[in-house]
Amino acid sequence: MTGHAERAARFAADEPRAHWHDQALWFVRLKRDRMAAAVPEWEALRERAAAVKAHARARLADYLEQFEREATRRGLRVHWARDADEHNAVVHRILSERGVTRVVKSKSMLTEECHLNPYLQARGIEVVDTDLGERIVQLAGEPPSHIVLPAIHKKKEEIGELFHRTLGTAAGASDPTYLTQAARAHLREKFLAAQAGLTGVNFAIAETGGIVVCTNEGNADMGTHLPPLHVACMGVEKIVPRLADLSVFLRLLARSATGQPVTTYTTHFHAPRPGGELHVVIVDNGRSRLLAEEEFRGALACIRCGACMNTCPVFRRSGGYSYAWTIPGPIGSVLAPGRDPAAHGSLPFASSLCGSCDAVCPVKIPLHDQLLARRREVVRAGGQPLAKRLAMRAGAWVLGHRALYELAGRLARLALRRLPRALLYGRWNAWGRQRELPAAPAESFRDAWRRARGGGRG
Amino acid sequence: MGSREEILAALRRAAPPDPGLPSEPVRGTPYADLALQLGEAVQAVGGAFQRVPDAAALREAVAALAARLEARRVVSRVPEAGAGTAGEAGPADVADPHELEGVDLAVVPGRFAVAENGAVWVAGEDLGHRAVFVIAQHLALVVPAAEIVNDLHEAYARIRFDGPGFGLFVAGPSKTADIEQALVIGAHGARSCTVFLVG
Repeated sequence: MTGHAERAARFAADEPRAHWHDQALWFVRLKRDRMAAAVPEWEALRERAAAVKAHARARLADYLEQFEREATRRGLRVHWARDADEHNAVVHRILSERGVTRVVKSKSMLTEECHLNPYLQARGIEVVDTDLGERIVQLAGEPPSHIVLPAIHKKKEEIGELFHRTLGTAAGASDPTYLTQAARAHLREKFLAAQAGLTGVNFAIAETGGIVVCTNEGNADMGTHLPPLHVACMGVEKIVPRLADLSVFLRLLARSATGQPVTTYTTHFHAPRPGGELHVVIVDNGRSRLLAEEEFRGALACIRCGACMNTCPVFRRSGGYSYAWTIPGPIGSVLAPGRDPAAHGSLPFASSLCGSCDAVCPVKIPLHDQLLARRREVVRAGGQPLAKRLAMRAGAWVLGHRALYELAGRLARLALRRLPRALLYGRWNAWGRQRELPAAPAESFRDAWRRARGGGRG
Repeated sequence: MGSREEILAALRRAAPPDPGLPSEPVRGTPYADLALQLGEAVQAVGGAFQRVPDAAALREAVAALAARLEARRVVSRVPEAGAGTAGEAGPADVADPHELEGVDLAVVPGRFAVAENGAVWVAGEDLGHRAVFVIAQHLALVVPAAEIVNDLHEAYARIRFDGPGFGLFVAGPSKTADIEQALVIGAHGARSCTVFLVG
């Protein structure tokens, strides 16, 4: 079966591109660092965000009911969906009952997760993704490769070629400003012609019954203030208890995501526009199951900033598609195996467990603990390849027997010194690919210890 | 059992113990000079910042901006900033927000500005059509100098959702970095955003 390692190998085979991808994301990580360092109370904000989310998780049902009550009072219409199918059916029913055939959509990972676009398109509704990165991958017929930077895997020349083919831009043009302006003109037509706007939800406020949507481009605003119908889709975990809690999350979100102090547009919807309708679809789709898992429920705190991806040494060098799931990177590797352990069992191993993701996560999700715990699940379920199972068993046996361990050490040092390169770096040795094995030390630590202690047993 | 009841029941069954909701207020680091910090923050998010002493100076500054942008169609929601293009009514007066397509410059009041991040709070009741701040090619935000808060914590203490139930923070012009992380100003919304601080 193809797992993350095989897919990552395909991405890494193009070494200059893998390096470029790594650098592009590291650039975002550095911007995030500068922003975080400029806020003296950064750690207190992270603590507070984690505490608010932990409380909200414990009272999710109560807060959702409160949200529904307040939202309804303000003229929003609230719908509930157990899973992706029901979500898609609800959205389709709202659109089709109003004769809508042209929809503009701003970024929503939930609708990606539910595969809403193909569902609506199969029923005769045109869905245009309007975030520039999302429009690029939509025109290319691909899914996003990153939750905040959907087209981060594409070079500007490739986007130029794609736009030349689909939007009629000049052949060979690849200037980002030129291409962005072409997309602006193309999408403005779509905005003006749309009969409905679909959005995700960054935060839903139980206290006030409103929702908040954040964008830099203004696409959620263009998409929702022109047509009379706005449909917003949210996972149950998007709830925050109070309006004032937003200050904590908004100070963290954009700084963590792109190294900006705040997104350009942070739009608070607390009523439909005059003469219009605002529908909110609240979706479970596996989230209540995740809430029941003690070791993993903390992952529900995720505010989808993407910082764990930008910092992850594996993500940066393997690309979003190597995860083969809607949410890639460390957080995706925790979430995906909970949905389908057989399909996503390799993801928790796509990590060096360096803990960098924990260090940048604005809501303090213990990602590397969770990755380790997911590995344990996969191993217990027998989801490891035979070769790895046998190697692990052999390793455990050697490590459990002192004499064997000492012998293995001596043999390894001997092999490193004496064996010909061709043999040492043969196909069997995954550790010898793209890296040099360490030089064999003259003696083991154990030998050095014995010598220093004058021959006593260590 | 309907989906609503089923979801709520599942969430209640799975709910962990409640660690309690932290209630002590969160405070940011106070800035010594709010207006100075605001100006820097607005420019850091790609906006332009101009302080004017009074309404007369504001009118002049807005007129100069419109001239610089060669704006033919100006919509003003700030009477003190001028009336907008002759013959052009405010956006409340067009029947359909689609008619705002083609507006070159929208002048919109901000209730207050946030020194920490350069964001300006725009209240729905000040807009007429909601779309006006995003559909216009350029945006000018007018904020009284007395109305600057330190950070988002102070900001939310002031925000209420009565009336039209709509409001937003605007921080600089529309922007994107979706093509190779190259920052491009003017993605879908305003191509420029000027904050006028009055007083």
